[in-house]
Amino acid sequence: MHDSQATTSQATVQVTTAEHEAHNPALVHQFADAEQQKNAASLGMWLFLVTEIMFFGGMFCAYLIYRLKYFNAFAAGSQSLAIKWGAINTAVLIASSVTVVLAIYAIRFGRKKLTVAFLVVTVLLGFVFLGIKSIEYTDKFREHHVPGANFHFTENFDDNGKQIPVNPNEVQLFFSLYFAMTGMHALHMIIGIGLMSTLAVLTWRGHYSAEYYTPLENAGLYWHLVDIIWIYLFPLLYLISRHT
Amino acid sequence: MASIGIPANQAPKLNYLNNGHSLKSWLLTTDHKRIALLYLISVTVFFFLGGFFAMLIRLELLTPQGDLMQADTYNKVFTMHGMIMVFFFLIPVVPAVLGNFLVPLMIGAKDLAFPRINLLSWYLYITGGMIFLHCMLTGGVDTGWTFYTPYSTAGTNTNIVEAGLAIFLAGFSSIFTGLNFIVTIHRMRAPGLTWDRLPLFIWANYATSLVMILGTPVIAITIVLVAVERLFHLGIFDPGLGGDPLLFQHLFWFYSHPAVYIMILPSMGVISELIACFARKRVFGYKFVALSSVAIAVFGFLVWAHHMFVAGISLYAAMIFSFLSFSVGVPSAVKVFNWTATLYKGSISYATPMLYAFGFIGLFTIGGLTGLMLATIGIDVHVTDTYFVVAHFHYVMVGGVLMGYLGGLHFWWPKMTGRMYPEAWAKLSALLVFVGFNLTFFPQFILGYVGMPRRYWQYPPEFQALNVLSTAGASILAVGYLLPMIYFVWSLRYGKIAEANPWSAAGLEWKTTSPPPTFNFDETPVVTWEAYNYDEIPPWERRAPVAR
Repeated sequence: MHDSQATTSQATVQVTTAEHEAHNPALVHQFADAEQQKNAASLGMWLFLVTEIMFFGGMFCAYLIYRLKYFNAFAAGSQSLAIKWGAINTAVLIASSVTVVLAIYAIRFGRKKLTVAFLVVTVLLGFVFLGIKSIEYTDKFREHHVPGANFHFTENFDDNGKQIPVNPNEVQLFFSLYFAMTGMHALHMIIGIGLMSTLAVLTWRGHYSAEYYTPLENAGLYWHLVDIIWIYLFPLLYLISRHT
Repeated sequence: MASIGIPANQAPKLNYLNNGHSLKSWLLTTDHKRIALLYLISVTVFFFLGGFFAMLIRLELLTPQGDLMQADTYNKVFTMHGMIMVFFFLIPVVPAVLGNFLVPLMIGAKDLAFPRINLLSWYLYITGGMIFLHCMLTGGVDTGWTFYTPYSTAGTNTNIVEAGLAIFLAGFSSIFTGLNFIVTIHRMRAPGLTWDRLPLFIWANYATSLVMILGTPVIAITIVLVAVERLFHLGIFDPGLGGDPLLFQHLFWFYSHPAVYIMILPSMGVISELIACFARKRVFGYKFVALSSVAIAVFGFLVWAHHMFVAGISLYAAMIFSFLSFSVGVPSAVKVFNWTATLYKGSISYATPMLYAFGFIGLFTIGGLTGLMLATIGIDVHVTDTYFVVAHFHYVMVGGVLMGYLGGLHFWWPKMTGRMYPEAWAKLSALLVFVGFNLTFFPQFILGYVGMPRRYWQYPPEFQALNVLSTAGASILAVGYLLPMIYFVWSLRYGKIAEANPWSAAGLEWKTTSPPPTFNFDETPVVTWEAYNYDEIPPWERRAPVAR
């Protein structure tokens, strides 16, 4: 049915497909043209980020409930965290997001070496973040703030030296969430570092150009999301009642 | 499977089945149709494994006292039954088998948007399945499929972490399937195939995919938290350490209630296709049926706490969740009423897929209406954790999902394999499934209502008569499920060769050959018609499409 119309448009579709396939080696078979392929990849990445938000959302939900329930313990636990390291790490991550943006900006102009340089800086900043995080974790072990049999909490004083009455179990819950949330975030950082390193190598080998750089853009989206999760984690974990 | 015999007088056309015969061409394929068959084989294995545990349960409950097994074994058996059926059969079955095969075909695409991720999702499923089998063979788990804390984190000494890992991986398989479907449906429809021309099966899979990508990550993180709590003694759900077990239940059901819509929605999509084809009519109120899928997916996220009416949530919260649970009944009823209205003045033929569709409507209606009873707080308090609940969700999940799946499998079998199944045997098995199902599960409504609790290996003698009926029904049901298994395999070699469109059905998947070529269509189709344009099919082609 509707034969003539259908045949004409089909013919057009066939021709465009063939043309694009001839010009663009990155185009895979299931897509009609490069634009469709790019749009699909980008939508797929955004949906994946939605699943990541839901994944962390479970922990944010637990955090919210326990923070409302055990506010004093959470404030005391929070104030025993090293705000200095947390703040530096926030700055490090924001800087790394900037370098990701610059890397993508550079590839748009086909500046291969510059792109690789920015990706390498991003990876290095990622390592700085993890290094600082591991210093913090080590301190927590030393201070017996890691949940479990050896957990002790005696730092229940606010910044003015006034004692806050808290139940150690409730503070332990704060640290359980602290380790679960920052640990899961660190795992995502490690994945991100692996991703960025791979892309740096692929860029160096000339896989991406001003015409085709979708993987770089999608990896950038992932990196920004991991960054944004930290932007939420930092105030939620480090900055409870710091002003009092 | 690739070596289907083709008569010598017919030129063997290159199709997705004979395009490569090596094991590698199957295990490393990125063809959505081949991946669908990989899923078909693997979910079938898990179905019969889960069915084996179901038979153990029914055998034990044949007599009031524990004679086949004692409490500990029984706990593990119903846990294995539940976990296998929910996570390794019901959730992947329709989307990963029929959806994988049909979504690109129905929208006129060459493949899903991300074929390699599609293959990855099958490998995640298989890896999860293997880990689960290992867990099962080394002792299993005894928490019930629900993993309730604190028993799962501090009480049991069975291998929760391993089972959790298996389900975590299967969950990511389902996330990737959902992600693939959404992107494919958004970006890869054939020219002219607008949203209001999409087949309802596509709408249903779209809604399902939304639930998959929004819900599954939450169960993933919940399982991770249970695992770290067991491994590192964190206290997130442990009341002894200030944690709250109710939080676990909230997080668990936030996924696991919508999960029942992951199961039922694609089956509802199948039923829409079957009803339209075998009543030779456009589905009545197409837009309402399409949007009711999305409505079920959205409302489905707002009702989870109706699993927790007796768990100590506040009465006001319970009332709100009760009300919201009723609201899911509206889009579900829209579907049932519209299917029924489609039948009105239709030219109905009673092919096997249609028998399954009729079975679905009847059983789903019972399952759905008892769901409304359970959404009523007063009744729910009375029948919580009794066989009434067991009967209710089996009517939806087995009576609904499985009838839809089997109906769909029969309907698209000619397209998938190029062979017809034997119609008489198929009708017999449809009848056995319907009779066996009702005999198995209807007595359980009565048992539950008079107070028989679920998850016990023994019961007072006055419950025996109904339990014997139920076990007898389960035996009939087992035959009803084994029969298709046998004649489907038989048909691969001996079945009648299928035409491209043996049902004279509308829909793009019927416009290509059976089985389809690797890239589905020789030329990208251009759609200029509405879905289910059965009144445009010339009268001489509108014969009753029953295979002989």
